[in-house]
Amino acid sequence: MTETLTLGKALNHGLRRALESDSKVVIMGEDVGKLGGVFRITDGLQKDFGDNRVIDTPLAEAGIVGTAVGLAIRGYRPVCEIQFDGFVFPAYNQIVGQVAKMFYRSLGKQRLPIVIRIPYGGGIGAVEHHSESPEAYFAHTPGLKVVTCSNPADAHVMIQQAIASDDPIIFFEPKRRYWEKGEVDLELPLDRAYPLHASRVAREGTDATLIAYGPMVRVALDAAAAAEEDGRSLEVIDLRTLSPLDLDPVYASVRKTGRAVMVHEAPSNIGLGAEVAARVTEECFYSLEAPVLRVTGYDIPYPAARVEEEYLPDLDRVLDAVDRAFGW
Amino acid sequence: MANGESEVGADPAGGFVQLLTPDGERVDSVTTAEGVTYSVSFTDEEYRGLYQDLVTVRRLDAEATALQRQGELGIWASLLGQEAAQVGSGRALRPQDMAFPTYREHGVLYTRGIDPIMPFGLFRGVDQGGWDANEFKFNPYTIVIGAQTLHATGYAMGITMDGKTGAGDGEAVIAYFGDGATSQGEVNEAFVWSGVFHAPIVFFCQNNQYAISEPLERQTRIPLYRRANGFGFPGVRIDGNDVLATYAVTRTALDNARQGQGPTLIEAYTYRMGAHTSSDDPTRYRIASEVESWKAKDPISRLKTFLVKQEIAGEEFFGQVDEDARTLALSLRERVLAMPDPQPVTMFDNVYPHGSPLLDAQRAEFSRYHASFEGSAH
Repeated sequence: MTETLTLGKALNHGLRRALESDSKVVIMGEDVGKLGGVFRITDGLQKDFGDNRVIDTPLAEAGIVGTAVGLAIRGYRPVCEIQFDGFVFPAYNQIVGQVAKMFYRSLGKQRLPIVIRIPYGGGIGAVEHHSESPEAYFAHTPGLKVVTCSNPADAHVMIQQAIASDDPIIFFEPKRRYWEKGEVDLELPLDRAYPLHASRVAREGTDATLIAYGPMVRVALDAAAAAEEDGRSLEVIDLRTLSPLDLDPVYASVRKTGRAVMVHEAPSNIGLGAEVAARVTEECFYSLEAPVLRVTGYDIPYPAARVEEEYLPDLDRVLDAVDRAFGW
Repeated sequence: MANGESEVGADPAGGFVQLLTPDGERVDSVTTAEGVTYSVSFTDEEYRGLYQDLVTVRRLDAEATALQRQGELGIWASLLGQEAAQVGSGRALRPQDMAFPTYREHGVLYTRGIDPIMPFGLFRGVDQGGWDANEFKFNPYTIVIGAQTLHATGYAMGITMDGKTGAGDGEAVIAYFGDGATSQGEVNEAFVWSGVFHAPIVFFCQNNQYAISEPLERQTRIPLYRRANGFGFPGVRIDGNDVLATYAVTRTALDNARQGQGPTLIEAYTYRMGAHTSSDDPTRYRIASEVESWKAKDPISRLKTFLVKQEIAGEEFFGQVDEDARTLALSLRERVLAMPDPQPVTMFDNVYPHGSPLLDAQRAEFSRYHASFEGSAH
């Protein structure tokens, strides 16, 4: 059954299916119960599954993740909600020191099937700490897997796949896309779904490759549509998985186009773009007509809302980079 | 000192539950200000068993210290002085109970019936622990201070969610940590959560007076057990060098937890007779007379005095216990020396349950690189 849903509703439905399919799945976080989360992603779930399955927690992020570790040792599959990107840092010790390392520490005897959902990115006119893109911190950490969805169909299936996985997964949700609509197959079986840790060509093209993920996929697609009017055919790749990266589709694309532009909201310094650029350069060196260019947030703390549109990569900055790649 | 009026440094005599004095005198029972009465009734055999536990874990600890000094362990965290706190609390656990240790609970590990060699892979540097929490009801050692108290709390919440409290055969959790850990935010979060969720957990703080070099006064202005009041559950201070009091109070707290009465904080007042770890030099921060004064409160000698006075055990028994402990220690030594180093390529194993193509590629590259030296003089 296919329905048109917002990305937020798609996540909500995916969480509902996960709660239905495995009684060990529990959702825990601040305001996830009666309120349904500040973005309403868990709306109605506590009412239908009870407060033992959808747990309003004390206001303590280290506690959310740390107790999730204990619940996982007990056999549960916790899905933690961190309310905003900039609030994850009190839990950083537990995520990086414990969640990421327990399987290794125990020589593979203790799995921690924990999903940590984090709404991330800017563009919603928020105050400090509510618009950050901290994905590189987690992608840099061995033992964690990191994914992000860009559209409602992916959101619906990826959250279910992440919960079904025994790997600890940081699940980044593009909060400014929560209200974007798309077609969602509500009954798609997970074993027939596109794999979780695989990137995907979001739009085919021949002249240059745009690489993006999460909230920037929409920007890249808009840029490709605009470029088409100028006679340029841009391929867009949605990375979807940030750790491990799945770059084979990127290599194939760059070998075809010879030019690549990486787009993300996070600052550029030591970001995902740097890793992608290094690996594309190594794998596609003789195909490249220009260096891999990056269009990113600037290397500043996330700025005040009145200037965030100048901070965030947009269609014009992406096309400007494409122009530079062609002018090299 | 700004904290000159602190009660922390005060002699805790009378301020803790004690059932066996340093002179080996039995106290029948102790009733706290809250009206809770603690006592034990052990058979002679059980008394002798506790003595054997104490001697054995001290002897194994001494062997480990020697192994470290001989270069066979990278580091060792000695439990010397804390045997009663560990044996008493460990023996108070019932088989279904789950323990979350720090990195010093070798004595608790022993009382769980676990082969004492289990943590030596960690200290020798051949692995990072490597055991299954659920198989042994004993979580892998956690080195980051206090992090395990939240894991213990989550596990205890799971017990409640599974409906495994409310009866005598219910399950409970014990979380170990030290005086230094009580300053960690995560430990305080564990207190908050356990209180709010009424979790079946006992927080067992071995206050050994020092966090590496920093004395208790650097962590608190009130006795640690009184912190529990602010979180809404009882706190009890015990003589941590008294194995009987430790057993009695821990058993009561665990049984309260399993019956659905929520958490307890136990502060076991004890002393770290050795260094923080083999990398530490305690002569830089504490004076010899302080260490001497604690020798008079030794957990083993007081139990021995009691056993002799009560004619529960004699020289033959004590000699046999020493000999058995020595045999076990020497066997442990041999087995530690025989521990193989891991194959280097195994460092890529067990990073993810479902693996990773990045690791697969790095493992292959690692193997290719090392294979390139085969047959060369390198």
